[in-house]
Amino acid sequence: MIRLRLETRQHTPTWLKVALPLCAVLATLVLCGGLVALAGASVLDAYGKLLLSAVSSKFNFVETLVKAAPIAFTGLAVAVAFRAKFWNIGAEGQLLAGAMAAAFIGGRAALPGWSLVPLMILCGMLAGALWALIPALLKTRYKVDDVVTTLLLNFIMFYLMMALLDGPWKDPLSGYPDSPDIRLDAEFPILLDGTRLHLGVLLALVAVPLVWFLMRRTTLGFNIRAVGENATAARYAGIKIPLVITATAALSGALAGLAGVGEVGGIHFQVMAGLSPGYGYTGIVIATLALLNPLGVIPAAFFFAVIITGAEAMSRATGVPVFLADVIQGVALICMLIAILFTQYRVRVKR
Amino acid sequence: MMEILNEVLQVGFFAAILRIATPLILATIGEMFTERGGVLNLGIEGIMVLGAMSGFTAAYYSGSLWLGILAAMTVGALAALLMGLLTVSLGLSQHVSGIGTTLLCTGLAFFFYRLIFGQPSVPPSVEAFHVVPVPLLSEIPFLGPVLFNQFALVYLALLLVPAAAFVLYRTPWGLALRSVGENPRAADGAGVSVSKMRYQGLAISGMLMGAAGAYLSMAQFNAFTFGVISGRGWVCIALVVFGQWSPWKCLGGALLFGFVDAFQLRLQASGVVEIPYQFFLMLPFVLTIVAMALVSRSATPPAALLVPFRKEER
Repeated sequence: MIRLRLETRQHTPTWLKVALPLCAVLATLVLCGGLVALAGASVLDAYGKLLLSAVSSKFNFVETLVKAAPIAFTGLAVAVAFRAKFWNIGAEGQLLAGAMAAAFIGGRAALPGWSLVPLMILCGMLAGALWALIPALLKTRYKVDDVVTTLLLNFIMFYLMMALLDGPWKDPLSGYPDSPDIRLDAEFPILLDGTRLHLGVLLALVAVPLVWFLMRRTTLGFNIRAVGENATAARYAGIKIPLVITATAALSGALAGLAGVGEVGGIHFQVMAGLSPGYGYTGIVIATLALLNPLGVIPAAFFFAVIITGAEAMSRATGVPVFLADVIQGVALICMLIAILFTQYRVRVKR
Repeated sequence: MMEILNEVLQVGFFAAILRIATPLILATIGEMFTERGGVLNLGIEGIMVLGAMSGFTAAYYSGSLWLGILAAMTVGALAALLMGLLTVSLGLSQHVSGIGTTLLCTGLAFFFYRLIFGQPSVPPSVEAFHVVPVPLLSEIPFLGPVLFNQFALVYLALLLVPAAAFVLYRTPWGLALRSVGENPRAADGAGVSVSKMRYQGLAISGMLMGAAGAYLSMAQFNAFTFGVISGRGWVCIALVVFGQWSPWKCLGGALLFGFVDAFQLRLQASGVVEIPYQFFLMLPFVLTIVAMALVSRSATPPAALLVPFRKEER
């Protein structure tokens, strides 16, 4: 008789770390294929549109890269935070904080033109970090659960933004609840003429190796991982846990803030209600698929950018609701969680 | 200041507190049950969205609101079973599993709503629940209109609290549930099936969260909208901490939240105070965080909350 047994793994081979996210994505597409069929569309047609629209033209490909930038930043933000077991579900609010700071700076007439873009980046990071410090302080000082506070702070930031947009910050020209446009000098440089490929995409691409280096090769990165893996051992080793949690939160918030800066500086040139269609939550899916490794954030963010852009085309062509993209994110997160089990256990066949 | 108080402190205001608190009572008591068994169900927000959507859809097509509630509870239980598979059977992170469940349920709710109803210019609606005055009792001055002139679901939510307290503290089942949440190893030794109890706690939570969502789309409002829950589920997670995992204190928390929310609605409507209405929408969330900060130091969650139980590991 053949029996299957689970054994604990001491070491996870690299090929497995690459194969598991791919398997999770494949399983997700198979499962969601059922929904496509239920919607009365041909699964192949719909998936063709969903997955291939991004590479069907140069324009679509660039648009996909542009979509990938903010979710790469939120993915990095979540990956850093989750490493320390700081459950930052608040990238959404931190993104808005960064976007608001960028739009505010970008609209200042008193500042010299050349200083706008660097100041937007700096202040956006600062705003995101400050907003993330609230849950960190509540957690380290008052033992308030970080999941709940980061989630609630998302709503607070959104309403705060809408209150400003409906009041003192309303664009006097349009009359809509949008902020006034940033100055021309504040718009991010375009990297490829005739497209929307802006500086923010490059920033995301540069941030990935930097965050990887910080996590792997610096004391702070070591401390972050130590606190996440075994807080008790870290405490005995003399690591000041509240300090590390605070630093992690600031770093995570700054990264999420950059997502907002890019959206304002490169795409919308203002803040408005629909600025982030849940990019903060997508970051959680991306970080998990990347196994919290910053380098893995690039392919994961690209994949979900493909899905988000492709869903519109799929919906137009086949009538499958565009919300399939949201379902895919949820299913992918769950499939990947299950796949992660195989990094901890191996299946042994016993005869 | 006095005119504001006069405007606000009327019978209708206190009745509104109960109406607003009802979905929070249902979902908070549900969350309390599963957490007492040692499983945090962060799927709550998504399960409420899915409950609101499936309840509304079932009621729309069957013409029966109660069938809608039943459908919402069934769907909620199914979603909670998925949480059970992930966190109880597979022992995965309860935080991330819950977020995954919320993303999935929210996505499914939006997907099916669009699939079934398309994008009509006038959103479909149902004839929502009517208030059911309790004979005689509703005639009592002040108390009558506040307590006894409400939706049937409001009465049920209020009755749920003593029922939950009784089940939790006075029945063998409640003892077993609390024991797997405090010390699963000992409970297992005493012959209690840890995973069975945790699945049951989760199933109760899912049913109540589904019902809470359906209340919003069928009693408080008469249609499903994408923003129908807008953070209420997350508030319930906080209310369980604030209520220190006790049914009566959870009720207190939900009523307090209902008070703040009803107050801000009145204040908004009165037009006495000229503050952007978004600040009022923000207020309950801010107060929830403040309340959490005040109680969290002294709060003692079930000892085995968030800890997966693997029988074979010693």
